[in-house]
Amino acid sequence: MPQISMTVNGKEVSGEVEGRTLLVDFLRGDLRLTGTHVGCDTSQCGACVIHVDGQSVKSCAMFAVEADGADVATIEGQANADGSLNVIQQAFQDHHGLQCGFCTPGMVMTAAALLKENPKPSEADVRQYLEGNICRCTGYHNIVKAIMAASGQDVSAIAAE
Amino acid sequence: MPKDHDGIGADTKRREDVRFLTGRGKYTDDIQIAGQVHACFVRSDVAHGEIVSIDSFAAEAMPGVLAVFTGADFAEVGGNPAGWLINSRDGEPMKEPKRPVLAHGKVRHVGDAYAAVIAETPEQAQNAAEAIEADIKELPAIVDMAEALKGGRFVHDEIETNQCFDWGWIEDNRAATDEAIKNAPHVTTLELVNNRLVPNAMEPRASTGIYDPGTDEYKLYTTSQNPHLTRLLICAFVMGIPENKLTVIAPDVGGGFGSKIYHYGEEALVLAASKRLGRPVRWTASRSEAFLTDAHGRDHVTKIELACEKDGTFIAFRTETMANVGAYLSNFSTATPTFLHGTLMAGNYTVPNVYVNVKAVFTNTAPVDAYRGAGRPEATYSLERVIDMAARELDMDPMELRRKNFIKPDQFPYASAAGLEYDTGNYDQLVDKMEEMSDAAGFAARRKESEAKGMLRGRGVNAYIEACGIAPSNLVGILGSRVGLYDAATVRVNATGTLSVMVGAHSHGQGHETAFPQVVADMLGIDASSIDIVHGDTSKIPFGMGSYGSRSLAVCGSAVVRATEKVIAKAKKIAAHMLEAAEGDISFEDGNFSVAGTDKSVSFGEVAFKAYVPHNFPLETVEPGLEETAFYDPANFTYPSGAYTCEVEVDPDTGKVRVDRFTAVDDFGNVINPMIVTGQVHGGLAQGIGQAIYEETTYDDNGQLTSASYMDYCMPRADDLPFYGVDHSCATPCTHNPLGVKGCGEAGAIGSPPTIVNAVIDALQSGGKDVKHIDMPLTPNRVWAAMNAN
Amino acid sequence: MYEFEIKRPTTIADAVKALSEEDAQALAGGQTLIPTLKARLAMPSALVSLTDIPELKGVCQADDGAVCIGAGTTHAAVKAECASLYPALSELASHVGCPAVRNRGTIGGSVANNDPSACYPAAVLGSGATVITNTREIAADDFFDGMFATALDEGEIITELRFPVPEKANYQKFVQPASRFALVGVFVAKYADGVRVAVTGASEDGVYRWSEAEEALSSNFSADALGGLSVEPDDMIADLHGSKDYRAHLVKVMTGRAVKAAG
Repeated sequence: MPQISMTVNGKEVSGEVEGRTLLVDFLRGDLRLTGTHVGCDTSQCGACVIHVDGQSVKSCAMFAVEADGADVATIEGQANADGSLNVIQQAFQDHHGLQCGFCTPGMVMTAAALLKENPKPSEADVRQYLEGNICRCTGYHNIVKAIMAASGQDVSAIAAE
Repeated sequence: MPKDHDGIGADTKRREDVRFLTGRGKYTDDIQIAGQVHACFVRSDVAHGEIVSIDSFAAEAMPGVLAVFTGADFAEVGGNPAGWLINSRDGEPMKEPKRPVLAHGKVRHVGDAYAAVIAETPEQAQNAAEAIEADIKELPAIVDMAEALKGGRFVHDEIETNQCFDWGWIEDNRAATDEAIKNAPHVTTLELVNNRLVPNAMEPRASTGIYDPGTDEYKLYTTSQNPHLTRLLICAFVMGIPENKLTVIAPDVGGGFGSKIYHYGEEALVLAASKRLGRPVRWTASRSEAFLTDAHGRDHVTKIELACEKDGTFIAFRTETMANVGAYLSNFSTATPTFLHGTLMAGNYTVPNVYVNVKAVFTNTAPVDAYRGAGRPEATYSLERVIDMAARELDMDPMELRRKNFIKPDQFPYASAAGLEYDTGNYDQLVDKMEEMSDAAGFAARRKESEAKGMLRGRGVNAYIEACGIAPSNLVGILGSRVGLYDAATVRVNATGTLSVMVGAHSHGQGHETAFPQVVADMLGIDASSIDIVHGDTSKIPFGMGSYGSRSLAVCGSAVVRATEKVIAKAKKIAAHMLEAAEGDISFEDGNFSVAGTDKSVSFGEVAFKAYVPHNFPLETVEPGLEETAFYDPANFTYPSGAYTCEVEVDPDTGKVRVDRFTAVDDFGNVINPMIVTGQVHGGLAQGIGQAIYEETTYDDNGQLTSASYMDYCMPRADDLPFYGVDHSCATPCTHNPLGVKGCGEAGAIGSPPTIVNAVIDALQSGGKDVKHIDMPLTPNRVWAAMNAN
Repeated sequence: MYEFEIKRPTTIADAVKALSEEDAQALAGGQTLIPTLKARLAMPSALVSLTDIPELKGVCQADDGAVCIGAGTTHAAVKAECASLYPALSELASHVGCPAVRNRGTIGGSVANNDPSACYPAAVLGSGATVITNTREIAADDFFDGMFATALDEGEIITELRFPVPEKANYQKFVQPASRFALVGVFVAKYADGVRVAVTGASEDGVYRWSEAEEALSSNFSADALGGLSVEPDDMIADLHGSKDYRAHLVKVMTGRAVKAAG
């Protein structure tokens, strides 16, 4: 079986996987990083979004061997060094951008990718960028609001209630 | 309390968010147990078939395979029961065919599991599952409800009918309602479909069974909205395990919306397999399995008639409904189309005559059960669509017609013609607020702007009422429930003054871990951060009936209040002893016990410490310790209500509908955490808009689910939805629970579908299209076809 | 998924060699193939990953002005790198899948798969592009061969797509709301020698050219020129998202919108 190694959240890791092992299964099963979730089998729900070499990808649609040598970031590595929530995470809490929490890791990782590409996205930009992330709880209102707030925009005019 | 105290009314940030935002949530599939093995279910790919034989010889010999189970292994154990007994109009009890752990004799829907393989790895289990050779003789599928009722072929041969029941509500009102409609000056009739939905909680169902031969105890981790009911069903009905030998744990659960209320066969299988093998057995559904086997929602076909005077005064509502229950009766499936539906068929109105007839129908499709709103969205949709249609026929403003028939504030408590007693409400006030918030006055100008772009703009309105806080045992008992519906809480005060509050409600997105402490903190005058909620583990909490039916706060929250009151009562005794005063002279305020008319006082923390360090304690009158349990069983349902409006734009070239504005004004009674309540409304609105425009569950004539993945089942995405305007300031507190709360979880999904459809019809008619009704979902194709029907 | 090994060649030659083995299958971005494997609808013995082959990646402009895109270029890279070279193609790429999918999925993978609802085939056919493989050059008109079928031989790999850049072009996609693929997508491109109109999502035969519209638009590049035309619904796809009639109707509506947007 192939040996792979990669950097995950700044740490060198390695493991032995099958060809068919998905990156998400390597993260969840071998590395026990269970914050990355699997919500579908057609690569549409986005609960498994992580970053590989700085780009958002669906870790259920990539084989672990394809990430050999890559720099991988998951939800577990997003908080600030002192353990406090980063700007995006904090905005999600402040604006109630999550309920059951299952889609949340993918939402946060997608939001981070968006803000890297587009530091001041409009409402339409945010909504469109989230087209590969499904949330069944929030109706998206507070997710969109949280992401805009995380970008430093004033969201007070958006209906609070 | 002021908002900065994190008590009742504060927008306290959710404490559970921190673990979810950092990837430290613990959902069932995240929990790895040493020695675990994996189950894979073998599911029918035909909708209806006779199981002639199952040959697992080759599968059992495959690498890693530990065991194969078939229906025969469970033939002698019980079945998964329906929780409500419904009697037909003629007094006959409903038909209750057995629902086994694994299909035996026949498979009855695509996805019906007839075997399960346990193996060392998931892939080995799946390989062996594919190697099982089943000879299944395919039978014609029974899919269409009207066809099913004609009989001839049966989903369950032993009952010799596909009709589960033929229910009338209220049967004694039938003749009067028929007569009123016959003589009415105006009758509006509408036939409509309340479309079948797949709940699609983002976390698929998962279960891990662990058997300990040393103690003969079982443990089940499972994705449940109510672990105690799951324990009860497994122990008392399905497997006969003594209830004190089974612990059910629902850890973090990724959404439910009804689909995780019920006990499913997979839970029993992993327990049985774990016992046989002596290894923990786990299973996690794929999304494809979820589509095929999670209990679906809605699926009613209804004819509704509204009879009224020429001036619009309502005289009667009469409905005939076929409700699909699918292939087997899921636990709440018989209550949903009946008592959660028919009892609401008077709406917010002073209509004197209501009669509801529901025929529940077995088909070769996935079981159908309660999904967010459960029966009440179906009632609201029927009512609010036919009222809208009547307004157009009478040439009246749709909201004025509603206002004309509203129950007025001075009429409460109000006995509705559908058999409920509404305690409070002020529907006109909700409409006033809705019209103001939504800038109703500016609609005409916005319509002009849309028209200038070649778009049709419509405005839809709606008024709804729901019965929530699903409880009163006395009432649901009369209505056919086989369980009591109450809830329980234990408030445990630790010696150092921190609290653990064990609650029977289960939080899977609702924020109980934050909101419940707000209640206790307010009552005890202490910091909410010193209070922890414990939920989801039957070994830790006294009892509970779980979370659904917008009941957590109204029922379990009230139990928390009662238990906290008991704590205060006992603490007063201890304080009286400490202050050397009579108990009757002790008052409790802001966390301090004091003696009236003196400056003597002790804090709550000091009393807590004394309770556990009972030196010099009046043991003859007070026991040590400070922990109280309460079971709360209310006197009535609660009755949230609301007024909703939306504006849509319809592209006349393509039929595509876009929701431009949505305003939801709800009366939830008192509100503990407005931020969380608002979030609940948002989510409900998205699901209701999803039902109205996007979500369609289709079976073909062979009973194949043709909308079986996210490739075909449209989950609303962020760019399908607008920002919502939400308000809950027009509160008329519930009169019969101690918090005055009504429940907010389902409102959005109840009020929004007719609002959307009403708006689209308005848009099309404004564009000169003669379209009176379109069945949901209002997909571009359907809207375009309706516009071009002639 | 069934078992298979993954090979990661770094040259086209090695990839071709690896693909010559029995039941070996090419793995491009995997955004369609991996879900297919998860559903156990394919049973390759080996997947030959094309993502580590540098010569398959990147966008450049040929001397004749054509935009040349390496088959292994991701949708995100097409979007970024074609923004000024071929804006209509960049815009199309920016609506394929979702951002995470665009970071993995490749133009070559999409074209080789020829999903009847995919967007790229409309651009390739609508632009009269050339599909270049490890062995030959295939004109777009000869490449697409019905749903999920192409002129590619067993083991043949697309290496590059060469798009002549039109004077004006636009792609209009009416999304199938669940999958976000095209319920109907129309690519219109105006060249000096005529207009090409390619339609995806609509036909049982996969992507096709709407020749009547091409003729009408070649003499008058205006949405009005489509007025008298109608689309025959017989060969259209019918599914729960759209009837034959609806798709036929949308072909005309989307073509008109593409012409308008092209300016």
